[in-house]
Amino acid sequence: MAVVFQKPKSLADVPLHYCPGCPHGIIHRLVAEAIDELGIEGKTIGVAPVGCAVMAYDYFTVDMIEAAHGRAPATATGIKRSRPENIVFTYQGDGDLASIGMAETVHAAARNENITIIFVNNAIYGMTGGQMAPTSLPGQVTQTSPYGRDVNHCGWPIKVSEMLATLEGPEYITRVAVNNVKNVLAAKKAIKKAFQNQIEGKGFSLVEVVSACPTNWGMTPQQALKWVETDMLPYYPTGVYKDRTAAKEAQE
Amino acid sequence: MAKLTFLTDLCKGCGLCVDACPKGCLAIATEKINKKGYSPAEMVAEDKCIGCAFCATMCPDCIITVEK
Amino acid sequence: MAQKVLMKGNEAIAEAAIRAGCRHYFGYPITPQTEIAAYMAKKMPKIGGVFLQAESEIASINMVYGAAAAGVRVMTSSSSPGISLKSEGLSYIAGSDVPALVVNVQRGGPGLGGIQPSQSDYFQATKGGGHGDYRMIVLAPASVQEMASLTMKGFDLADKYLMTSMILADGTIGQMMEPISFEDAEVNTYEKPWALTGTNCQRKHNVVNSLYLKADELEAKNIERYERYAIVEENEPMWEEYMMEDAEYCVVAYGIASRVAKNAVVAARAEGIKVGLIRPITLWPFPKKALLAAADKVKSFVCVELSMGQMIEDVRLYTECKKPVSLCSRCGGMIPSPEEVLEAIRKAQKGEN
Repeated sequence: MAVVFQKPKSLADVPLHYCPGCPHGIIHRLVAEAIDELGIEGKTIGVAPVGCAVMAYDYFTVDMIEAAHGRAPATATGIKRSRPENIVFTYQGDGDLASIGMAETVHAAARNENITIIFVNNAIYGMTGGQMAPTSLPGQVTQTSPYGRDVNHCGWPIKVSEMLATLEGPEYITRVAVNNVKNVLAAKKAIKKAFQNQIEGKGFSLVEVVSACPTNWGMTPQQALKWVETDMLPYYPTGVYKDRTAAKEAQE
Repeated sequence: MAKLTFLTDLCKGCGLCVDACPKGCLAIATEKINKKGYSPAEMVAEDKCIGCAFCATMCPDCIITVEK
Repeated sequence: MAQKVLMKGNEAIAEAAIRAGCRHYFGYPITPQTEIAAYMAKKMPKIGGVFLQAESEIASINMVYGAAAAGVRVMTSSSSPGISLKSEGLSYIAGSDVPALVVNVQRGGPGLGGIQPSQSDYFQATKGGGHGDYRMIVLAPASVQEMASLTMKGFDLADKYLMTSMILADGTIGQMMEPISFEDAEVNTYEKPWALTGTNCQRKHNVVNSLYLKADELEAKNIERYERYAIVEENEPMWEEYMMEDAEYCVVAYGIASRVAKNAVVAARAEGIKVGLIRPITLWPFPKKALLAAADKVKSFVCVELSMGQMIEDVRLYTECKKPVSLCSRCGGMIPSPEEVLEAIRKAQKGEN
């Protein structure tokens, strides 16, 4: 018998602190698998965010830095510009990337900074206990939108992938999901491509991963993955929003 | 013929593997409790397992090794 | 004799940084320090370095944080309101024990304040600015020459003690032109085994981090850091004493204020007043010993600064209130004239302070 599935090497041998059924663990594994398969473990540097993944620096066996809230793309820029030969990725949530860190995100994309960003969108602030995120859906009940997100009061959710795809700068912007096996496998492919792009010097690659937060959504893990399908994905459709190389090849 | 190995003490009993299994091989234990205090996932129908690794693909804690 | 070149203060900082081995500059435009960025923008691409204009002061300090963690010599520069924005990053850099150099060419505040020279960021520089228990090495140049030499020294101290060195200058010295020499200042290099270089699959991963969720670990980390700070306080204070041998009165001033004060001291001496000057060059670590020794000697102190009175609190603290300390200050971009300082010295002599 041969091993057909095991924990990737780049994922550390420590228990993850995430809640039961939290897809962060799946997404961590996909990142680690991509690093392993591309053989870049020895030269990868990861940037952890502020949010539920704040302790991601313990979970990857590569060199890691903990960034200030929202500043991961800037911190990653500083690293990449100092060590262009290394592979630099950030792992950020929706509050980190799309609220407090929006400027850093947009400008890193505009510069086509040669980094890889894994953006986990679960429509809520998890670590602080379930507050409204920039990606919370209209009507979504959270701790700070207890009567449902009222778009007339606090505005509309931000579709990060669609927005970034309007920029000239970035190489690759895609949205995937991790609510079922098929989508997880597609997410893996996208994440690997986002790293491969960096290796090839193509520039800014962002993978938005539509995820779930069973705990703060007040659901079982199964209900949460169902809600991703019924409520999240219609608002945040999966797909490739920008792929400069593919577009160029199609033109030729 | 496939073989699944669980790091049972790291299991949080979320059940995502159970739902992912196309053959209904897995279940959350009803009488067992692991070191963390969770009822862990376990194999209940090994003979039906095809080693597709769907369970491991959905496991957020990466506790399943699949051999085939 | 070393060859002299005529340079603007801000440009002297930039050139000195390059000579100290800095090849990474991240900044955001703000008056009155833009010459530093302009100089870097011109020079860095020609010498294989990186100049990057960030989208904000916040982004630029976090780029500095990343580059510092990656083990390179890195700097940013700004002016007062910009330093407020960078303060978050300064706290992270301190909490992660990585070395960086930050220049503050001060302007008047608070708020948007003005664009004229000021020394009103003394508290911010020496007492924090960002959150948490931390210190920065604060170097206060009083000439264009010192803009250069303290920048080079600042990089060295930062690497040696894994801290931020801040050059606390002001708009006047930033814009002033003086002949300077880049003396063959030693450029030391330091091993950085903690740096993010990639593990090369040869070692356990390095983690640069300021998060410690266990209270005892965070406390231990802070205690360890303060033990390092204690060594800095012991070894690194720098100051200049001028006509202090027989002084009965002591003027304390740094940076541009010390230049005005020096003229006033000369004028007061001409009137027969035995007055001297202590000029702190490091504001942190503060030259405590020099001040305390002076307190046993002189009758009173006059603190001259371009603020509503910030350093004066440290002068009182470190002279242990043994002697009266009076304040001679202007702020908002105003600079006291030598006559104003002379008048303050006369008052001190009459015991009116």
